[in-house]
Amino acid sequence: MAWFSKSEEKQKSGRENLWIKCKQCYSHIYENEWKKNLNVCPNCNFHGSIKSWDRVELIFDKNTFKELFANISPVDSLKFVDLKGSYKDKFEANKKKSGLSEAVLTGHGKINGIKVATAIMDFRFLGGSLGSATGEKILRAANYAYQKNIPYIVFSESGGARMQEGVLSLMQMAKTCNGIAKLNKKNIPYISVLANPTTGGVTASYAMMGDINIAEPFAVIGFAGRRVIEQTIGEKLPADFQTAEYLLKHGFVDSIVNRKDLKHFISNVLSYYNR
Amino acid sequence: MSSKSRKKNTADSNTKTAWEIVKISRHPNRPLLKDYLEHVFENFIELHGDRYFADDPAIAGGFAEIEGNKVMVIGHNKGKNTTENIERNFGMAKPEGYRKALRLMRLAERFNIPIITIIDTPGAFPGMEAEERGQAESIAKNITEMIKIEVPIIAVVIGEGGSGGALGIGVGDKILMLSNAIYSVISPEGCASILWRDASYAPDAAKALNITATSLMKLGVIDEIIKEPGEGAHNDYKKTFDQVKNSVLANLKLLENLSVNKLLDKRSEKYSNMGKFSTSS
Ligand SMILES: [Zn+2]
Repeated sequence: MAWFSKSEEKQKSGRENLWIKCKQCYSHIYENEWKKNLNVCPNCNFHGSIKSWDRVELIFDKNTFKELFANISPVDSLKFVDLKGSYKDKFEANKKKSGLSEAVLTGHGKINGIKVATAIMDFRFLGGSLGSATGEKILRAANYAYQKNIPYIVFSESGGARMQEGVLSLMQMAKTCNGIAKLNKKNIPYISVLANPTTGGVTASYAMMGDINIAEPFAVIGFAGRRVIEQTIGEKLPADFQTAEYLLKHGFVDSIVNRKDLKHFISNVLSYYNR
Repeated sequence: MSSKSRKKNTADSNTKTAWEIVKISRHPNRPLLKDYLEHVFENFIELHGDRYFADDPAIAGGFAEIEGNKVMVIGHNKGKNTTENIERNFGMAKPEGYRKALRLMRLAERFNIPIITIIDTPGAFPGMEAEERGQAESIAKNITEMIKIEVPIIAVVIGEGGSGGALGIGVGDKILMLSNAIYSVISPEGCASILWRDASYAPDAAKALNITATSLMKLGVIDEIIKEPGEGAHNDYKKTFDQVKNSVLANLKLLENLSVNKLLDKRSEKYSNMGKFSTSS
């Protein structure tokens, strides 16, 4: 599952300067330059992971974002224990390390003056996996959009369903789509932005259900894992398999948009919403 | 829940381990969709194709009657032997299978008859063409549309409830599950190979994942356990079919008098309440 792979590798050079190794072209970029470029590789345009709060700064008008449902956090309802320990210890450690209480940040704000509700997934918290609390927040943000009659924008960056919550995590696919279904009925626009990676149960639920699906360049987007498929068919898959470009070619995303242009693209699209 | 029904519901977990139940759920002689279509339902009229690309034999569906009630039946179509299984891809559906299922559900809506789905799949097919044609999109679409379908939906998990591949036809008003069936976010083997780094820990993963009917009843994921006779459905088809038939009929009766609005509100509420979380972070 994708969230076990290391994200952009940070290393310390001889001096104090940190540099980042791009996952796609393997070139070394100074951290300052990487950050200034919105975590996008200046060499190959690979779009690296971005923190949910950095996403807020990038997309929302200054001082307009208000967080909602911050009190919702995971519980270890199955008392799940694997080789490395309990799920509870794992998410408590994740909370400390990331300063987050779940894999999604929810709230509302303005994008070039247009009020929207939003859910922004954060890969740092258990690989952006979809658990019960994640699903609850995504549903509540959808319900907020429904009540206020405002568009809903979800940014996905996730390895899929959270195994440590068993079938309850699977049910979050239905729970979140339930929120989307309500928006559909009321003709409220729902925009899904897919970042690298968006896989498994997240792709097979709300992330693919956008009225408009937008992908960031080179994002891996798919249902089954690449290795699982290679084992099933017994051969190597093409290099561009399950990339944003591959999905565009096969008709599953509306557009591939550079991170720096996302705000304008979203507000431009929403300017056509005439209600 | 009364203490009496709780006792009944936990009887299996007291006697069998999760891994033993996994093995029964995959037993080669376990009744399959085909058997239910012949013995629980009558006059099955199979309807083929998704109208876009192909007919996926991993999912079968069509009109049928159950004790004179006209319904739409849609289910994963595992085979009895290797030849059948290769032809039906071991009940692992591709996007065209999920799209056929949705087409038939919309047809049921137009005809105003209830939908019965029969769940028995290791999972959605993990293949290149399936991804190319939108495996994720087809499942996502079904889940979202099944929330909105304006006729009653009863899902019956008869064997393996394999993750998104099961949920793609598994959203409904009542979720029934045979006592030796399983329903999971990932196969025990898959989970073991990721979290234990070794697929041979599958029995530990099966236990940790809470995939048995008794566990899922406690978690509020399913509505009813259909008790299998003796050592399991494979030992007594007749009794199994009777139990399934009675349970489906009873649940149809519960749903038939609800107005469309009430039905959809209750379904939406059911899925809004799925999961456990804390509100005091
Ligand atoms: Zn690069």
